[in-house]
Amino acid sequence: MLSRTAANLFWMGRHLERADTAARLLDVGQRITLMPNTETGYQNEWNSLLQAAGTTDLFAQKYGDSTEENIQEFIFFDRDNPSSVAACLEKARESGRIVRTALTSQVWDALNLAYQELRKMERRQRSKLDAAALTDFTTSATSTVRGAINATQLRNDGWHFMNLGYGLERADATARLLDVKYYVLLPRIEFVGSGLDTYQWQVILRALSAHRAYHWAYGGDITAGRVADFLILNGESPRSLLTSLYEAVWNLEGLSRRYGDGVSSTARDKARETLAALQARDIDMIFDEGLHEFLSWFIGEIGAISTLVHEDYLLGGA
Amino acid sequence: MDYYNEMYSGTKVREPYARLSEWVETMPADFRQMKQAEAEDLFRRIGITFAVYGEGGDPDRLIPFDMMPRVFDQNEWRRLERGIKQRARALNAFLRDVYGRGEIIRAGRIPGRLVYQNEAYEKAVVGVVPPRGVYSHIIGIDLVRTGKDEFFVLEDNCRTPSGVSYMLENREIMMRMFPQLFRQNRIEPVDQYPELLRRTLESVAPPKCKERPTCVILTPGHFNSAYYEHSFLANLMGVELVEGQDLFVDGEFVYMRTTQGPKRVDVIYRRIDDPYLDPLCFRPDSMLGVPGLMDVYRSGGVSICSAPGAGVADDKAIYTFVPDMVRFYLGEEPILKNVQTWTLWKEDDYKHVMANLPDLVVKEVHGSGGYGMLVGPKSTKEEIEVFRKKIEANPGNYIAQPTLALSTTPTFVDEGIAPRHVDLRPFCLCGDRIELVPGGLTRVALKEGSLVVNSSQGGGVKDTWVLSE
Repeated sequence: MLSRTAANLFWMGRHLERADTAARLLDVGQRITLMPNTETGYQNEWNSLLQAAGTTDLFAQKYGDSTEENIQEFIFFDRDNPSSVAACLEKARESGRIVRTALTSQVWDALNLAYQELRKMERRQRSKLDAAALTDFTTSATSTVRGAINATQLRNDGWHFMNLGYGLERADATARLLDVKYYVLLPRIEFVGSGLDTYQWQVILRALSAHRAYHWAYGGDITAGRVADFLILNGESPRSLLTSLYEAVWNLEGLSRRYGDGVSSTARDKARETLAALQARDIDMIFDEGLHEFLSWFIGEIGAISTLVHEDYLLGGA
Repeated sequence: MDYYNEMYSGTKVREPYARLSEWVETMPADFRQMKQAEAEDLFRRIGITFAVYGEGGDPDRLIPFDMMPRVFDQNEWRRLERGIKQRARALNAFLRDVYGRGEIIRAGRIPGRLVYQNEAYEKAVVGVVPPRGVYSHIIGIDLVRTGKDEFFVLEDNCRTPSGVSYMLENREIMMRMFPQLFRQNRIEPVDQYPELLRRTLESVAPPKCKERPTCVILTPGHFNSAYYEHSFLANLMGVELVEGQDLFVDGEFVYMRTTQGPKRVDVIYRRIDDPYLDPLCFRPDSMLGVPGLMDVYRSGGVSICSAPGAGVADDKAIYTFVPDMVRFYLGEEPILKNVQTWTLWKEDDYKHVMANLPDLVVKEVHGSGGYGMLVGPKSTKEEIEVFRKKIEANPGNYIAQPTLALSTTPTFVDEGIAPRHVDLRPFCLCGDRIELVPGGLTRVALKEGSLVVNSSQGGGVKDTWVLSE
């Protein structure tokens, strides 16, 4: 497969997942502002969102005030924000267009329709669009593409590249969403274990569409430890760091198997190593280490794996 | 002016159109609108969005599709086919000659100046004979019809003619929407084209290629207006669609960058122009091509289709000599006629043209796509005078032709069905054999009375049928 084709499939997966994350972030923010105010007010919570997404400076330069309208515009529509839903969907569609020959018509169709729909939403008056509608649109559009990929794509190397993109991005995204929680908690550590704390964890579960799944897995109370465990170390949880990373490893192994010894597989080795390091931890160790510190380490590891994927496969051996 | 209507002979429907005519007459009132919407939806969803002749503009623009097909019977088609193949042979013979001994010039049949000083003449490939001596592998010859047996060649496109994806998609969509029409009429298929194209490319593999050749399509990228066509063809042929950045030269060969390391490429069907092929040989600022490609080409490590320099055969100035080429190289009489053409660098022609501007069509020698031309009978006095100044400033840059009475075919328009002018571009493939699928791209001028079929000037496309016996 052409390296450029592989790169576009990889990034198509990443951008679709990233669009999904942006929409979910918006949802988290929206729900958090609905709860009783802490003394710093809701602006602080919106800022925590930007911090988690790593886009605080960009936002401040362009908008200044973190009002709900501004944040919504920035996270959903703004093409200057490379992580906005619109920017990501456009990039995913562009990648798809470039590799049309590597996609089934059903996948292209779903991708193209999502984009056309987005264009329609962009033309509508902002006051007529609420955050929930935007999130629903995004998660349903990206799920449709995902479903088309699962149902129709050949399970070849292209498939591995797409899913590798999904896996790495999802690992990164869950880590960042968890970090929102960290930033929200940061100013008032005494909230830990309070009703407010529980509410915030719930919000994150909801944003990940994982509320029901959490109850299936743990039943009963929502506690910080359990939710964190669910989102970090539970191998049954579809978006946990462990599951996402495991998928990345699985896809990298698929590539190594297909390509044989002639092709370097440093990305696979690194991903396996990170997976082992993750599996060696339990949730208490992570809290002792500091959730934020742990997440920073993890996000760094994902970045390193991505770089190695690039070096192993996407340069083409020239 | 009297125009030949391809459907009617007087008030009688001509035989090839008989069943089509019945179909139209029995069509329910709102059927057409419904189907038109359906067709557009299909086109948009498939994503066929490009300007047919590389005119630029909005990459997401759809070209209007007319559901009334254009029909040829066997006899009409066989004659066209013979004429096109003959012309394709002559054009390739000409290219072999002018990059070799130049006999046609020595024989005084074509002025050497028109060839050797032509922008499209590539000195870099003089003496390099491509595999099987084929320079132009895909020739899109533009034709118009003016009477029952009157066909004229407007232009020979020897470089990278586009529009073939329209030929295939129009057919696909027609078959999807009107299966009953295909059951009633015996229509020759065109969908073997991608297979034929692949075979043609493989048949001109370079001398150093010993195994089954690896073919690729080289595109300028997804911003190009014909990108859809490039990916469409790559898809149907099962070959890689590459950009310049995907290729590199190492030693004697060209390779593509793959996830498993470098893979050798033997035949490149390029859809980028000569000046962009190799920054080391042509334009140094170009990012579209592959550094060192021309060296590999010259030493027989890779085939480039069409060959660099093939453009010299489809220049509008050279066009006037194609019938002479047929006689000179093949010793045959040309089956297809040229349009009478005045070349303005000749004193007599210049005088004649300047005296008759309101009746003539004047074109820039290197222009394309309906730009930079004057359609005398459709222009105002002011427009003609403005153009006259342009010609005076640089007569050598223009040719002129009489206004042709382009045939019409019935076309769906807002008011119902009306005759509209059409042209035709069949696609001829030259490799170890010369082949042509029965059909082509019919372009139609949707504006009433307009003779300009370019999509930039309000032109559309329609399916082209060749009926079997």
